[in-house]
This record gives sequence, C-alpha cells and structure tokens, in this order.
Amino acid sequence: MNFDDTLQEAEFRATARAWIAANAPKQYEEELRKSSLGRTQLKNANILEVAKAWQKKKADAGWACLHWPKEYGGRGSSPIERVIWQQEEGPFGQLSRMFIIGHGMCGPTMMAFAREEHKRAYLPPLASGEKVWCQLFSEPAGGSDVAGLRTRAEKDGDDWVINGQKIWTSGAHYSDYGILLTRTDPTVPKHKGLTMFFLDMKSPGVEVRPIKQASGASDFNEVYFTNVRIPDHQRLGEVGDGWNVSLTTLMNERSAIGAAVSTGFPELFEYCSSLMLDDGPAIEDRAVRAKLASWAAKASGLKYTSMRAISALSKGERPGPENSIGKLVAGSMIQDVATYALDLQGAAGVISGAEDSELAGRFQAMLLRAPGTRVEGGTDEIMRNIIAERVLGLPGDIRVDKDVPFNRILTKGRG
Amino acid sequence: MNFDFSDDQKQLRDQARKFLTEKCPPKAVRAVLDGKAPYDKDLWKGLAEMGFLGVAIPEEFGGAGAGHLELCVIAEEMGRANAPVPFSSTVYLAAEALLIAGSDAQKKKWLLAIASGEAIGTLALFEGKGNPSPKTIKLTAANGMLNGVKKPVADGAIADFAVVAARTGSSGRDGDISLFIVDLRAGGVEVKSLTNLDPTRGQAEITFRDCKAEPLGAAGEGWSILTQVLDRAAVLCAFEQVGGSDRALEMGRDYALDRIAFGRQIGSFQAVKHMLADMYVSATLARSNSYYGAWALSTNAAELPEAAAAARISATQAFQHCAKNNIQVHGGMGFTWEFDCHMYYRRANAMALGLGSLSYWEDQLIDRMRKKNAA
Repeated sequence: MNFDDTLQEAEFRATARAWIAANAPKQYEEELRKSSLGRTQLKNANILEVAKAWQKKKADAGWACLHWPKEYGGRGSSPIERVIWQQEEGPFGQLSRMFIIGHGMCGPTMMAFAREEHKRAYLPPLASGEKVWCQLFSEPAGGSDVAGLRTRAEKDGDDWVINGQKIWTSGAHYSDYGILLTRTDPTVPKHKGLTMFFLDMKSPGVEVRPIKQASGASDFNEVYFTNVRIPDHQRLGEVGDGWNVSLTTLMNERSAIGAAVSTGFPELFEYCSSLMLDDGPAIEDRAVRAKLASWAAKASGLKYTSMRAISALSKGERPGPENSIGKLVAGSMIQDVATYALDLQGAAGVISGAEDSELAGRFQAMLLRAPGTRVEGGTDEIMRNIIAERVLGLPGDIRVDKDVPFNRILTKGRG
Repeated sequence: MNFDFSDDQKQLRDQARKFLTEKCPPKAVRAVLDGKAPYDKDLWKGLAEMGFLGVAIPEEFGGAGAGHLELCVIAEEMGRANAPVPFSSTVYLAAEALLIAGSDAQKKKWLLAIASGEAIGTLALFEGKGNPSPKTIKLTAANGMLNGVKKPVADGAIADFAVVAARTGSSGRDGDISLFIVDLRAGGVEVKSLTNLDPTRGQAEITFRDCKAEPLGAAGEGWSILTQVLDRAAVLCAFEQVGGSDRALEMGRDYALDRIAFGRQIGSFQAVKHMLADMYVSATLARSNSYYGAWALSTNAAELPEAAAAARISATQAFQHCAKNNIQVHGGMGFTWEFDCHMYYRRANAMALGLGSLSYWEDQLIDRMRKKNAA
C-alpha cells in the first residue's frame, strides 16, 4: 500500500503543475474555487467561452482527455496520471463541467461503436472542446425506465427518420452533436427494439427548448425531433442492439473514476471554521462538531473508495457496479449539508440573493440544485438496486413488462 | 500510488480466514458467550502458533516482524469471525504501548510472551464514565506503588499484565499522567469481572492497593504515549469492525436469499434490497477509510491522527449499522438467542465504546482537521 508518487508519477506531476502554472486562466481562480454545486457562473465573463478556451489550450498541449488514445485527441495516460492531473488542475477543473457528458459518456460510446473514420473525425474536436456533445436518452414517459422510450426511428433508403421527444438533456442548447437512443421496432419487448445513433444537433427538424428547473437555472432541455434524417453510417452498434450500446454509456457515466464528487463538505467545513454563533465559534460547538465529523468521515470514505477503484483500474480491472456508491452517497450528502448550513444561518438562511445572503448564496444555490443530483444519471433508488442486484446478487425487481411487446405495454396508471 | 494490499498480504488474509473458519466457528464463539469459558484458550494457542499474535512484533522480540499492514489484514479476519479471544487488548493496546515506549528489557520480556501466547495484556485506562482524558485519571502512582480503581478494563479478568495510566503530578496538565506496567499476578491487585454487552470479550474492575509497578516510558509522557496507542488501536479496531460489518452484511444477504415470504425471496423486495445496499455502502466507506488508516499506521505518516479518527468513526458507524440491520432483515428470527445475529450486534456496540465513544472521536477528528488547516 503506497500513497506516494512513483518517480514516474512525480515527474508527471511536476510537468503538469508547471504547465498549469504557466497557462491556466488565473484571473478566474478565486471565483472558481468559491463556486460549488448549483453555482458556476463567472461575474464578468461568459463561462462557456472561458471553458472552451481553456480546453482548447489543454488540447493543443496534449492535456485534454488524458486517458483517451492519442489518435482521438487524448494523451494515452494511465488512470493514476489522470487523477494526478485532476489534483493539479484544482479549481480550473470546474471549467470542464460542460464537457462532462461528451467526454465521460459520448466519447467512450463513440470509441466503442463508431466507425474508424468517424472516430478520427469527431473525437479530437470533442476532446478539445471545440465541439460540445449531449446525450439524448431520457423521455417524458421514460425517466428511470430508460428502455421505455418512444422516440421512433424508421428506415427510409440510406437514412433513418426520427420523430419524438427527449427531455432532461443537459447542455443541448449549446451542443453541436448528440448520441440518440431510439425505438426501431415497437413489436418486440422494450429492450430489444432500440437502436443508437449520433447526430448533428443543427440537423433540420431538431428543436431545443430549455427547461426552467426548480433551482431557477436552465441546464436541461426538451428536444423535439420532427422528421429528422440521420444517415445509416451514423448508427452506433447493430439495429436492435441499442440497449447494450447504452449500457456502455451508462457504465461510463457511473464510473467517472477519479472525478472528485461534490459532497459540499469542504464548503461546510470552511464555513463553520469562520462562522460565529451566539455563544462562540461554530466549530467549537459540540453539536456542530459531531455533524461535521460524521460528514468528514463520509467524504474521506468516498475519496478513498475512488482511490481504491483507481488502483484496481491501473491493474487492468474494469470499473464495476460498486462505483455507483459515489453518486448515491454524495447526492444526499450535499443536500443534507446544504440544509444544515442554512440551519446554522437561522432565519437569514432563507435569503438566497447573491448580494444579501451569506457567502453570496452559495449554500442556498446548493440546496436548490441538490435534488437534481439525486435524480440525474439514475435515482438513489436505481443506484441502490444496482448495488443490491449486481454487487450483492439479490434478485432483480419484478418487471411485468419484460416479455411483452413494447406496443402492448400499459402506459397509464388509472383510467 | 497503489491503494491496495499486496498479493502476499491477501494471501495472509486467506490463510487467516481459513484458519478462523475452521478453529472459530460460531459454535466456539457461543461457548464463551454461554459462559463455559472466559475466552477460547485453544484458539488463542492456535493464533500464537500461526504467528498471528506477533505478526507486527519485531523478530528480535519474538515476533514475525512482518508489519502493521499484515496485522490489519489479520484484524479484519478476527472481526469477521467474532473471535472470543483477548486479541484487541493484548495485541493492539498492550503490545503497541510496549512497542512505542517500552525499554529493551520490557520489550524482551512482554512482547516475547505476547507473541508466544503466554501472556495476555491489556490497557487499564478508564475509571468509570467518560472518554479518554487526563482529567478522568484519579489512580495515583507514588514511589513505584499504584493506588486506585480502573474500570472497565477490557479482558482484565484474564490478563497477565496491564499497562496502567496513573496520575503522577498535580499541575492540571497532560504531563501529570505516566504509564506503568503491572504484573497482575503479583500482590496488591484485586480483579472483579463485570457483566457486559459482549461476554465474548470480558470487562473487569481492577483495584490496585499499594501495588508494585514499573514505569513504562518517561515520567509525564503517559498522555502523549496513550494518544499514540489509541490512534494505532483505532485503526486496528477499525479493521475488526470492517470484518464484522462485512460478515453481518453477508448474513443478511444470505438470509434474504433463503427466506421466502409472500411467495417471493424477501431479498426481492425493494425495501430489503435497499437496506442491504445501504449496509454495503457504509461497510465500503469504512473499508476505504481504514485502508487509508492502515497506510498511515504502517508508514507512521503525519496524517495518522486524522486518518485514525476518520477510520474509527466510519468503522464504528458501519459495524453498528450492519449489525442492527442484519437483525432487521432476519425479522423475529434475528432476535432469538439461537441465531448468530446478536453476537455481532453485541460486538458492534461494545467495540463502539472501547477506545472512547463515537462522540469522543468526532471531537478528535475536528480538532485534528483544524490543526492541519492552521498549519
């Protein structure tokens, strides 16, 4: 067991550190450091532009998508090097948020299923942030039941014609491309009639409508497809094999290894270290300390769980379903942490405006964004099912629609 | 970076698991639980023969000289098996105190006896209610004589010697505390067994009356040594707790697969599945924190105090969580004496208190994090 860098790792770290020191957009460092879940805006700049510029700079110097092969715009780094990079990139890593879906899910799916000429054409500009990708899976009727989707793809000559609607599509409003899961055969059970494609989001017939979220922000969209044409060579995997293709995507989503999951804990600890309560500093208060310590142990447990996963990965093992625990634990923790931070503020905790609230509304923004974290990419309940079924080997939930042709499945609860 | 045990260490784990599965089945734990013996003597002898008692004791003092990572691996298996032997008091507390502060002669005498299974040791720290603190220590040492009462003392009724924390000054500071070694078979010692939550690991009250004692470490250094001993023991106990958590989770999982109700395996009900998933989550977080603690312990890293507290909190919570929900999964059966669930429930709750309670370690963790941030 060893936490120290090997000589090679230390060398990599030194090189990365020096490059970051010389090239990072330092004027935004403080703002990025103080941003947290639900709040990554820059006061005097467009964050998308800043993020794209930083990503491009990294790509030109060989620091983008470290673990990807070089021919697709990556660096061919080891999992450990990727973690070292993330540690060194620090707050500037916040800028990669709008690329998470593309880099974490679309890229790996393209790598596994796209034709070689497409990989070489589409992956490098995705790695460099010049093109942004989104993932079009969820539908109003689907939710956690991804395979329940209804968007149709019908073959017409060498093209497929798409009609239907997607929802909860992160970043669709600034995306250039997307990967799209469709139904190509409604007469077979739901998992068997799906097919995956990638498409140009500027294609005629694609309409993106931002959704205003509970937090007031609009990170997600509804996307409508009206007779959108996709050439067959943009199909990913076999016709009818879309479910398996999407599992690759979702596996990558759940095992964004090494990505530091937000727990809200560092923010809360920092806050309590300076906060004065009526009878003294918050950090001296017994009740506050007990809460903080319990969360501290959870946060460090998550951190070292991901270290263990990285160690396994670097020995050539595949990321398994046990990686579902990161999002499961962090999601409800961030919600609890935010609730507690507001509790410490008392009546004033209700004020969320940046000008009049504590820490410019940092915890208020976190509170309002947190419910989304517990739902996106699989709800807490889905995560627990994954652990129970795939890690502990418990029986699957009873699925009454499992062998029923899709077009004969019940679609309404009442009436 | 490599955040895992080595293949050799994993092999040692398999070896320990095999040995304990054979020599320490639930039936053996029950024999002690039912009061047939104060601890499992055959098992203790076997552990000595396997070299497990002295795995982290240097060869010059009769041990295997392997190291603390190896001890962590064995500790996990001791927890899985719920072993009814004075392992934690002897190996984590007494032996660690000797390793940190003992003179060569003391190490030669006592560590050798521990490694060979001839001596059971313990730490006599507590004096009634309260958590580790110099303030709670009233027992005095003067002219090499101890006077006072310690309770609870883990495995005190079967121990051959104790490391005793005594007051040697009155300045009101940590420097008032010194440590002593007492041969409990000598005069001036009165031992009374105490009924406790987990009879598989006894607790005692020990009264010292003009009892001869030998200093361990420098006078006035007692509290600083104790803090180190407790930190080290916290990591080692965390591994026992992780082993216990995993076993309780397995028992619950196996029962959920076997038991049919409403025409289905109860493990197919989401309420049961999610309870077991949450047990897995807490056991996993505890394991990861404990690995970090193991690394800090084995390298004597500056991070040890913080890592030990985090491992202690996480493992205490996990074992309590898994042990209590294991009973819940078992339903009424889990609450019977015949089922093994309560043995882990007892152990989990007794272990939660042994090195100072959860709230004590929570307090320690925050202090240590603040210190680090200030530095």
